[in-house]
Amino acid sequence: MTARETEIATYNFAYLDEQTKRMIRRAILKGIAIPGYQVPFASREMPMPYGWGTGGVQVTASIIGPDDVLKVIDQGADDTTNAVSIRAFFKKVANVAVTTETAKATIIQTRHRIPEHPLNTGQVLVFQVPIPEPLRFLEPRETETRKMHALEEYGLMHVKLYEDIARHGRIATTYAYPVKIEGRYVMDPSPTPKFDNPKMHRSPALQLFGAGREKRIYAVPPFTEVVSLDFEDHPFEVQTFDQPCALCAAENVHLDEVILDDHGGHMFVCSDTDHCEKRRADGHRGSLAPETHLALEKTEPAQ
Amino acid sequence: MYVAVKGGEAAIANAHRLLADRRRGDRSVPALRLDQIVEQLALGVDRVMSEGSLYDRELAARGVAQARGDMIEAIFLVRAYRTTLPRFGYTSPVDTGAMQVERRVSATYKDLPGGQVLGPTFDYTHRLLDPELAAGADVDAPAQRPIEAEAMPRVSSILAHEGLIEADGDMPLDHIPGDITREPLEFPMARDIRLQALSRGDEGFLLALGYSTQRGYARNHPFVSEIRIGEVELELDVPELPFAVPLGSIRVTECQMVNQFKGSAKAPPQFTRGYGLVFGQSERKAMAMALCDRALRATELGEDVIAAAQDEEFVISHSDNVQATGFVEHLKLPHYVDFQAELDLVRRMRAEYEAREIEDKAEDKREAAE
Amino acid sequence: MDIATRSIEGGFAEPVFNAQTVFRATMDAMARPGSIQALPPLAHPPAPLSATAGAMALALCDNDTPVWLDPRLQAEASVKAWLSFHTGAPSANTPADAHFAIVANPAEMAALDGFSQGTQEYPDRSTTLILLIDDLASGPSLQLEGPGIEKTAMIAPVGMPRHFVEQWKQNNQRFPRGVDIILAAPGSLACLPRTTRIKTMEA
Repeated sequence: MTARETEIATYNFAYLDEQTKRMIRRAILKGIAIPGYQVPFASREMPMPYGWGTGGVQVTASIIGPDDVLKVIDQGADDTTNAVSIRAFFKKVANVAVTTETAKATIIQTRHRIPEHPLNTGQVLVFQVPIPEPLRFLEPRETETRKMHALEEYGLMHVKLYEDIARHGRIATTYAYPVKIEGRYVMDPSPTPKFDNPKMHRSPALQLFGAGREKRIYAVPPFTEVVSLDFEDHPFEVQTFDQPCALCAAENVHLDEVILDDHGGHMFVCSDTDHCEKRRADGHRGSLAPETHLALEKTEPAQ
Repeated sequence: MYVAVKGGEAAIANAHRLLADRRRGDRSVPALRLDQIVEQLALGVDRVMSEGSLYDRELAARGVAQARGDMIEAIFLVRAYRTTLPRFGYTSPVDTGAMQVERRVSATYKDLPGGQVLGPTFDYTHRLLDPELAAGADVDAPAQRPIEAEAMPRVSSILAHEGLIEADGDMPLDHIPGDITREPLEFPMARDIRLQALSRGDEGFLLALGYSTQRGYARNHPFVSEIRIGEVELELDVPELPFAVPLGSIRVTECQMVNQFKGSAKAPPQFTRGYGLVFGQSERKAMAMALCDRALRATELGEDVIAAAQDEEFVISHSDNVQATGFVEHLKLPHYVDFQAELDLVRRMRAEYEAREIEDKAEDKREAAE
Repeated sequence: MDIATRSIEGGFAEPVFNAQTVFRATMDAMARPGSIQALPPLAHPPAPLSATAGAMALALCDNDTPVWLDPRLQAEASVKAWLSFHTGAPSANTPADAHFAIVANPAEMAALDGFSQGTQEYPDRSTTLILLIDDLASGPSLQLEGPGIEKTAMIAPVGMPRHFVEQWKQNNQRFPRGVDIILAAPGSLACLPRTTRIKTMEA
């Protein structure tokens, strides 16, 4: 290897250089101190594409230490390709222990879901966020939306939601459903289904949000009021599913529809794969569950 | 019985193995060497350096090879490496007036001090595919003439003598130049920041926007005052030393547009400027950048903002191709949780719609019967 | 030891991991106001800068963050030299220019509203105060409420700024603008972000 090849091959612990980490850490502290406010930060190019979790990865890289146990999920599942890829990245650059078990993780990086298993004090949930500005689809200009947040002027959002009701009889927003934090900032919960919104409210875990391409970090501290926007005559409701998980028989969880054939055959299974596997290991059986259960969850210690 | 798809890790590893195979292609064809790319695909390398914001031909060539010739992927590779490099300092501003010029053309004067120098240009080549080139024929050595002592002042400086063009750059004295790679963008932005963003902006995007101004979407009456390509010296101020330390030279392309301007409430009638500067040789990019720079100065010059090219937030927020490709391509990541939520909503709304239809029909029948 | 020597020694033994440890303790403290986070002495700055406050500075400050020192710290040339050598942070001309302010004598410190409060558009552009406190348990009790606190939390820092409860109430009222406070005690730290409300204070 030439000197340059060696140089390229050596990256700092958790990939980011220390100055970048300090900059992100300062932004995280401000985000925690001003819940729901989007702190601008000088997002770096990461070795994965913008839109593929660079914000979440930068946040995780800035908080993670050698004693942490990391779980990465995408769509609730540990085995989706991008989750696998991000987990492998941290195993490589930070050599941390990784797990699929929600309860064993100290840091959980997620895209589009909050785990079904209740989170604990001391856990940190890191969300990957594509468009952090909840008002962006109503007003594309940053200069304008920043003013709206400054003046706490959220009328536009209420008008939008109300138009939904007038036109469709209900609020036609099913994911990235806007929330208000501690009665002040309207915040985008990232594109999680609104099913997960109630889990954010007064969660014992610290919730951090990273938007790499849009260069924003925000936070919801533990035990913080997270209220989904609604109207008195049209209160916020979460999705309900008509049937339990076909594998573990869980109810009141978020289900994925899986197509079984091309004649309209389908089944509904837990989107949270860890939760589903745990329940099956405990003997719960859904209508389409295989006879024997293979334990799939795993924890790999740091090398 | 249903078995969920597992084994993401193995699938990813196998996909990358296949990618490496396809990248190499037919093993009976010699593998490309980086020096071949540096020497023979030099303008591609220049583009990667320019939009990758890293002046290093070998690394850019490595990016091009690794990306199988996908320029945006190569730019991305260079950017992701660049961001991990420590920052030692900032060079003094380069003096393009003192450039070792290889090409210099002006569209505004027939002849001028230093003359018109065509240099290595595609201009006036007839675009006929060349069978000799494909056959690897020998190439003649270039014609050379002795270096002339004559200075080659920038054309904009010549115009400035008459006082008919606005002054060149007027940042306040205490203005510290920004750095878009170290600070989050904030709108509206100072021109130095905007020019940095344009310089690393996507060539195709800026080309289209520049073109749109020519077709009347915020027309700004441009003339190519000058395009010059060549080597400029880099110098670093070191506090401990009484003189600036020379670091070497880099090749850049500079474009100065002059734009006729009838005057506004904010500025008198005069020629105004649009500026483009990029690493390596890329006239198209430098010219497009200069057109966009001028268009984006609308507010500063008191012009109405009526077209996309004048809209700073629109242009700068969408000019970075690494950001754009990431977000467009992220749509191929799984979105089934959100899709499920939408599916559920549409199903319910559809069921209600159909129930209403049946109800309405029943109502119509009853009314007809009565 | 002369100033030059003292300014070079006493940094983190393991810069990457020590900085992470200090940050994580600070993040946890900021996320759970009133909780006391243990922090071993990872930095050894010249007095009167404490090990805890010195470690905070190493973990959070750099060229991008002007730092303001209170008169007691300002008076010690070795403290300035140490901070400058290890962090590269420029010194802030006034409290209002400071990203961080380190205060060795909080009881005598200037009013909280003299520091940068951020703007309504950018409330994050405010000063974070690092107050050196002798301990967090034997002063007057502060009962805390707000985000990060399940019901209430209690700390009892010694030697807080004058009229602190009143000043803090005004800081709350400026929300989303306002300052955040890190209380750096020997071997531990606690935080008071601007969202934390002080419910009662024992006499």
